[in-house]
Amino acid sequence: MMEGSGALQLVLSGDPALYAVVRLSLVVSLSAVAVAALIGMPLGGLIALTRFPGRAGVIVLLNAFMGLPPVVVGLAVFLLLSRSGPLGAWGLLFTPTAMVMAQAVLITPIIAALTRQSVEDLWSEYRDELNAMGVGPFQRLLTLLYDARIALVTVLLAGFGRAAAEVGAVMIVGGNINGFTRVMTTAIALETSKGDLPLAMGLGLILIIIVFAMNASAWGLRLYAERRIG
Amino acid sequence: MSDLPLSFSKVSYAVGATPILRDVDLVVRAGAPTFIIGPNGSGKSTLLRFAMGLIAPTSGMIDWNGSRDPAPRRRAIVFQHPVLLRRSVAANLTYALDQAGVEKSKQDGRCAQLLELVGLLDLADRPARRLSGGERQKLAFARALARTPELLILDEPTASLDPSATLALEQLITTAAREGIKILMASHDLGQVRRLAGDIVFLHRGRILEVASAKDFFEQPRSAQASAFLRGDLITED
Amino acid sequence: MRFLISALTIACLTFGAQAQDKTITIASTTSTQDSGLFNHLLPAFKAKTGIDVKVIAQGTGQALDTARRGDADVVFVHAKSAEEKFLAEGFGVKRFDVMYNDFVLVGPASDPAGIKGSKDIVGSLKAVQAKAAPFVSRGDKSGTHLAELALWKDAGLDPAGAKADWYKEIGQGMGAALNTAKAMGAYVLSDRGTWISFKGKDGLIIAVEGDTKLFNQYGVMLVNPAKHPHVKADLGQAFVDYVISAEGQKVIADYKIEGQQLFFPNAGK
Repeated sequence: MMEGSGALQLVLSGDPALYAVVRLSLVVSLSAVAVAALIGMPLGGLIALTRFPGRAGVIVLLNAFMGLPPVVVGLAVFLLLSRSGPLGAWGLLFTPTAMVMAQAVLITPIIAALTRQSVEDLWSEYRDELNAMGVGPFQRLLTLLYDARIALVTVLLAGFGRAAAEVGAVMIVGGNINGFTRVMTTAIALETSKGDLPLAMGLGLILIIIVFAMNASAWGLRLYAERRIG
Repeated sequence: MSDLPLSFSKVSYAVGATPILRDVDLVVRAGAPTFIIGPNGSGKSTLLRFAMGLIAPTSGMIDWNGSRDPAPRRRAIVFQHPVLLRRSVAANLTYALDQAGVEKSKQDGRCAQLLELVGLLDLADRPARRLSGGERQKLAFARALARTPELLILDEPTASLDPSATLALEQLITTAAREGIKILMASHDLGQVRRLAGDIVFLHRGRILEVASAKDFFEQPRSAQASAFLRGDLITED
Repeated sequence: MRFLISALTIACLTFGAQAQDKTITIASTTSTQDSGLFNHLLPAFKAKTGIDVKVIAQGTGQALDTARRGDADVVFVHAKSAEEKFLAEGFGVKRFDVMYNDFVLVGPASDPAGIKGSKDIVGSLKAVQAKAAPFVSRGDKSGTHLAELALWKDAGLDPAGAKADWYKEIGQGMGAALNTAKAMGAYVLSDRGTWISFKGKDGLIIAVEGDTKLFNQYGVMLVNPAKHPHVKADLGQAFVDYVISAEGQKVIADYKIEGQQLFFPNAGK
């Protein structure tokens, strides 16, 4: 297969530009996961543990936002960060920071919604014991997030997979600038448009391998943790 | 700040249209262990949840030494199937100690002491959820003691245990009772009730039919239902 | 939690390191990027001035809009009428011719319209229409798209307006249009630079070339700092000055793929 051998050569060649692209992909998507986790996990936990009017609506909305189209998110962040937009003075458009912001917006609902589900399930199991120990609301949230940690690793992974695979948002807010905001997905789109399908395919394979490796190691971690933590 | 005496007055509870407890009046005072007995479905677990303050009655009221605030002060509960945190044995205990307001500097010492007491010291670093049934129950018992309770509520804690684990737990209960902790326990193992109980509360279809000392109850039950229950008959009349 | 913090730290370090002052952003076209010209021109510019250039490659219309919003310091595009409108609106300081290349009409080797070897683009387009041969249009308001529409107009035809079913507007870049044309056995107007560097030519040929109507002029403009005060006027002007200088013009002329010169400098002519 032409595509396969092209990809293999590419990986073996150790091209520094290629590694810069792979590295930026990882840094941007991992940062987005970190930001989304810092917002989405407490948010999901809070929604799981509190009762307020309109809660059902919020949950439906959150679940629906899991399927936000990346292009729309990209466009919204673009309009926000453009020099003519409300946050234009920050000068963040066409920077990796803008890409992190767009991906974080994209995956925060995913992390919040899945966290809510995990925490709510665990809460129904822990409710009586924690109440019997007189655990207060804040400590309750921390306890449940901590004890749901194995499930939350999978939640983070789902967020990472979505962030690393999307092209629409990072293309719009990053601009696919060579050596600065070019990531794997935008590089794939570019090489495809240049007609260099073997190179595009090779990059695609590397992306798949990375996502696969992340999932495999998380799975291993999960098995290990289940054996250790139960 | 004491949780005793615990008083139920005219407590009723229903889930939908199904009554679970009806007009329960009961006072639990310091002293020998009080056992709640009765057939399955008589409302024993529900009554214990009220005693712990985990649920609120449909009507009537419950107070702990005059306070109607359900937040646990000096009481703790051990369930038939305790839920342990997804952490080590020791971490489960320090968590409970922390919640009970024990200073950080004293937690490790107290933790070791409690583990020693229930015989789990060797398993301190083991994940709690990997323990056997008997070990889990011992850890749950130690966790309850971490609150230095005056009132210790036990909901059929030995129902799923083998005889040796049951014996170990009964010894722990006896020791706790001897040290002045009031035991309020549900059981349908009559042998166990004979071994441990001071007073008996006989519950049937959500009503208290008898409150008596264990001696009186076993020698001369007053109600026909209690007599039938002691004989091991299925009780069908109301 | 430790993982989150380290990820954030890595992110901060990475982006911090890349925040340099001597950097400008140029809104340019897919043709200049896809042809590889920037990879050749920018290192020479950096060596001379120490200025880093970030290129956003878009269609000409989109590139001008990016500059209108103030998201670029310099525009480097190829659609003279659109550029003059941009200037008239006050978004550009001054427009300079930089270079030209030419468009070619690419088509399938089977040449269903029978126009191979023609030097008459207008006549050829009429033939495409007459045979209802498939034709791929960029449809993205890029310089190439605008040039294509102007050529149809010269031929007195309006397949886009008529929504002819052999005329496909794909709304994508040059490379994507070539890929699509190849897959559909369609004709497509391409700039020569992208065509030469396009890697998937098999099955495609140049059907029409050499007509003066296919001339494709590139211009460069500094975005007006009066409209967008944060524009890096000095650094941006340095780029404009460089590409129209004798030195910059020579670098452009020297860029060749497979021995073919892609762009012909004509600043100040």
